[in-house]
This record gives sequence, C-alpha cells and structure tokens, in this order.
Amino acid sequence: MPLDQSFVGRVYPPHPAYQVGREKIREFADAIGASDPIHHDVEAAKALGYPDVVAPATFLTIIATAANRQIVVDPGLGVDYSRVVHGDQRFTYVRPVVAGDELVVHASIEDILSRGGHDFLTSRFDIVTTAGEPVGSVWTKLVIRGESHEEGAV
Amino acid sequence: MFEVGQKLPVQVFQVTRADLIRYAGASGDFNPIHWSQRTAEGVGLPGVIAHGMLTMALAGRAVAAWAGRSDSLVDFGVRFTRPVPVPDTEEGTAVEFTAVVKQVADGVAKLDLTATCQGEKILAQAKAAVRI
Repeated sequence: MPLDQSFVGRVYPPHPAYQVGREKIREFADAIGASDPIHHDVEAAKALGYPDVVAPATFLTIIATAANRQIVVDPGLGVDYSRVVHGDQRFTYVRPVVAGDELVVHASIEDILSRGGHDFLTSRFDIVTTAGEPVGSVWTKLVIRGESHEEGAV
Repeated sequence: MFEVGQKLPVQVFQVTRADLIRYAGASGDFNPIHWSQRTAEGVGLPGVIAHGMLTMALAGRAVAAWAGRSDSLVDFGVRFTRPVPVPDTEEGTAVEFTAVVKQVADGVAKLDLTATCQGEKILAQAKAAVRI
C-alpha cells in the first residue's frame, strides 16, 4: 500500500541535543578510513582554527539517521524497514561539525512519491547548535521497495 | 588548484564485510541488508550490500584528497543508483572515484563525481562543492 501523502510536511519533535564526542568522531573517521589528523588529533585541528577534532563530512548522517528512525518507525506511516534502501543523500554545510558541539535536529517529511510499486520518502534534517547557530542541512531519500518489484530503483 | 575541465585522479577504496560491520557500529545504521545475506536476498538484492552512506563517505574522502583539505565541503549530494555488493572474501570489492571540475567561482569549486564498482556506475548526480 502506498505511503500516506498526508504525512508530507509533518514536523517531528526534536530529540534531546546530540553531544558530539571526540571519540565518536575518531571512531567514525576510522570506520571510513579517514586518516587526516584533523579528525584524530586535537592539535592538528587547532592548527586550522578549530576548537577540537573535526568530523568527516558525512558524520551528520549519524544524527540524521537517528532522527530518521523516528520517521521510519512512525506506526501511522508504516514503513517496512527491511525493504528500505537509500535513494539520494545531500548535505549542505555552514561549517564542519567539531567535538564539543551540541546539536539539535529539526526533522520533517519533505516529499512522498509512489511509483512503480516503490515508495520514495524524502526527509529533511536541519541541524543547529543548542545556541541556535546553523551547522548544516541533510536530505535523505529512502526507497521502500515494493513486495513484487525486484527491479528498478535501489 | 582546480581548473574548469580538469579531470581529477582516480582514487580506489577497498570495501570488505568487516568494513560494513565497523561502519554499522560507527554510524548507527544496522539495517540487516548490510550484514545478513538472508535478509538481503529476501528483499531481492544480489547479496549483502554496502551502506550507501559508506560509499558516500568514501566519495567524501576522495573529495578531501583532491581538495587537499578535509573541512572544505559546502554542498555534497549523490543518488545511489546501484547497490555495491560486498562478497564475503578477504578483499571484498573495490570502489573507484574520479571527478571533473565543472566550475570555479567565488572561492568555490564544483565537482561532478563518477563512482564505479566492478565497472558499473553506482552513483548518479554526484556533486560536491568545495571552498578553495
């Protein structure tokens, strides 16, 4: 059954602020093989003018994924998570994320499309600090594959 | 350092099942299609596939290397057009990135990326804008 179009525009209440930890940045950088010292070494980050280690560009996905889970498990929307694959992803950055940031996500459903038996769910996440400073925005399009359509978008 | 029309050097990254497990833990994305053969095949995939966001993270590493800095992205978007199956072998699979410089203006360079795995394009509309 196609996803309910009336969910377009729905805004989800923000989670408590995400505290960006230095070790989490290092762990994420290690997981993607990002060896630039600015992700690992506080002094290297400070040499470029940052207060602490700098997160790799896609680090915001951690925060967006957590916020997206809220949407994906929304019983009213009824997404079958086992059939979900990632369609599109976009980030815009005001500045990089650094250890010590406390980030709040404003999540909303931007678009829902049903085509060829698949559903396409686009969510938007605006990331700001607890002080209200904008850090960046994230858009995630999930494809919920139809039961009987194994070809097509992945 | 970037000139319009410039083709940026190929960068190759190896992806193994162990990388998928590590990435799942670091990112919090535990979708079983990234670690369970049974689940992946059950939803019509060729097998366990890499997280799209891991592929994008590797693209981000390529951009950082081309730009000579890891903190210079201002805009970064991709469409995941084909999955990246990761066989359960020591070497896994390889993902390759290249890019062409499309525009240099106002201190920002715009790059169009090409990403392939086993000779197949895995991303479309892969674009990065970096501060230079």
